[in-house]
Amino acid sequence: MRTLAPPPPAFAAAPAAGRRGRLGRVWPPVALLALLVVAWEAVTAGLRIDPTVLPGPVLVVTGTWSERAELLPAMGTTSLEALLGLALAAVVALPLAVSIDAWRGVRSSVYPLIVASQTLPIIVLAPLVVIWFGFGLWPKVALVALFSFFPIAVGAVQGLGSADRDVLDLLRTMRASRWQLLTKVKLPSALPQVFTGLKISVTYAFTSAIVAEWVGATSGLGPFMTAAAQDAPRRTDVVLGGTVVTALLTVALFAVVAALQRAAMPWRPRSRA
Amino acid sequence: MTGPRLALEVRGLSKSYDDLLAVADVDLTVAPGELVAVIGPSGCGKSTLFDVVAGLADPDAGEVRFDGVAAHDRLGASAYMPQRDALLPWRRVEDNVGLPLELQGHRRADARARARPLLERFGLGDFARSWPWQLSGGMRHRVAFLRTVVAGPGLVLLDEPFGDLDGITRSDLQEWLGDLLVEFGPTVLLVTHDIAEAVFLADRVVVLTPRPARVAAEVPVDLPHPRHAALRETPEVVALERRVRDALRASAWTP
Repeated sequence: MRTLAPPPPAFAAAPAAGRRGRLGRVWPPVALLALLVVAWEAVTAGLRIDPTVLPGPVLVVTGTWSERAELLPAMGTTSLEALLGLALAAVVALPLAVSIDAWRGVRSSVYPLIVASQTLPIIVLAPLVVIWFGFGLWPKVALVALFSFFPIAVGAVQGLGSADRDVLDLLRTMRASRWQLLTKVKLPSALPQVFTGLKISVTYAFTSAIVAEWVGATSGLGPFMTAAAQDAPRRTDVVLGGTVVTALLTVALFAVVAALQRAAMPWRPRSRA
Repeated sequence: MTGPRLALEVRGLSKSYDDLLAVADVDLTVAPGELVAVIGPSGCGKSTLFDVVAGLADPDAGEVRFDGVAAHDRLGASAYMPQRDALLPWRRVEDNVGLPLELQGHRRADARARARPLLERFGLGDFARSWPWQLSGGMRHRVAFLRTVVAGPGLVLLDEPFGDLDGITRSDLQEWLGDLLVEFGPTVLLVTHDIAEAVFLADRVVVLTPRPARVAAEVPVDLPHPRHAALRETPEVVALERRVRDALRASAWTP
């Protein structure tokens, strides 16, 4: 038997090139953002703009920091709503996607309704959700779940359908059961699209939780920002601070999901992940 | 009927897709341990013949017998290797080879224990823990071959197994496969459109007509195994290749 070259060490060249590539992508927008923040501070200070109308970024940070005793529990409440809502959406969407993929009857009856349901403006369901679930945690969770459900479900259905037909045929000639086809081929094939759906849902999750809080809540980032807007004098700095915190929470959760995706798919070349 | 027991027997097989007759009244037999190459022009219905034997499609007429028994549920009776290597990207090389064993209910550890010596024996030991994307096309094909023989159905179906490889890799791999087949001694039905490949590997070459596929000629190849690269240039092999080529030409001119 002729000898063969040893396998390429996994990801040998990837880290250096990958890191430079990632930094190369991260720096330009960060630099532009920093420039805009500096310009914002200069304009508000130079023109002496009323801080209840447009506070500068320094005041936004210091003013919001001075409210941290209120802010931190509010972040906790809204994060819990967002995470529970996402989890609920995933727990419903994934088994539903599997049954849509597995049974023609379910696909032809349920799937068109799911797609059509996207024409419902979910935001206007917020008062209805309050009527059904009251003012506690669950109406917010329900609204986040409604927003998150569609991207996850559609991603999963398309992902399951994208499984390689030749591979499925091959496993059938090995007498694989439908369960084995699902667990050994279809679910791993679906992972990239499931995670894409999940990432889209993450971008909605905090926003929809805050919208639900505005309809009726006593805690969370929604009431935190509304209270600041109604203070006398008006705390516009804290309202803007709440917005920035919401964005940061969304980015952080997005990064967590991206890390989960890399952990769930160790077989993918790093440079393409 | 008397005579030797046949591993595979195809009788009067016909199959059409959407009014298009792909296979017409094909008879084909393979003796135990024999390697029969089925050769025909591209798109002549070879793959349809294979799908029926593998159990992925049902014939319109005719029957398929394994070891003399007519088989209606044929899935699992033969080990099928498709044109593409069809490795699962999310399984390491050893777990791709062990997959048929896992599907039969063996634990993953047991499947690996069977796969590893096989990978060692056939020059892939260093790659056992690699992911498929880390391998070249030729390597991936070797892994796919080992996966095909590991579970041990005695009948192996190879559907243009070297189709998407370059010429150098292909002839290397044909010799490697020859060694593998000598070691395992399975019965093999090989579909190809490569005359040199058919003669180099087979005990008998069956020439099919253009669509619909019918048997046009049979060319026995009485050369011992294992066969090595030097054989390719010998007058016997060149003469056999010419016979197959002539039969292919003659069949193509039949109205």
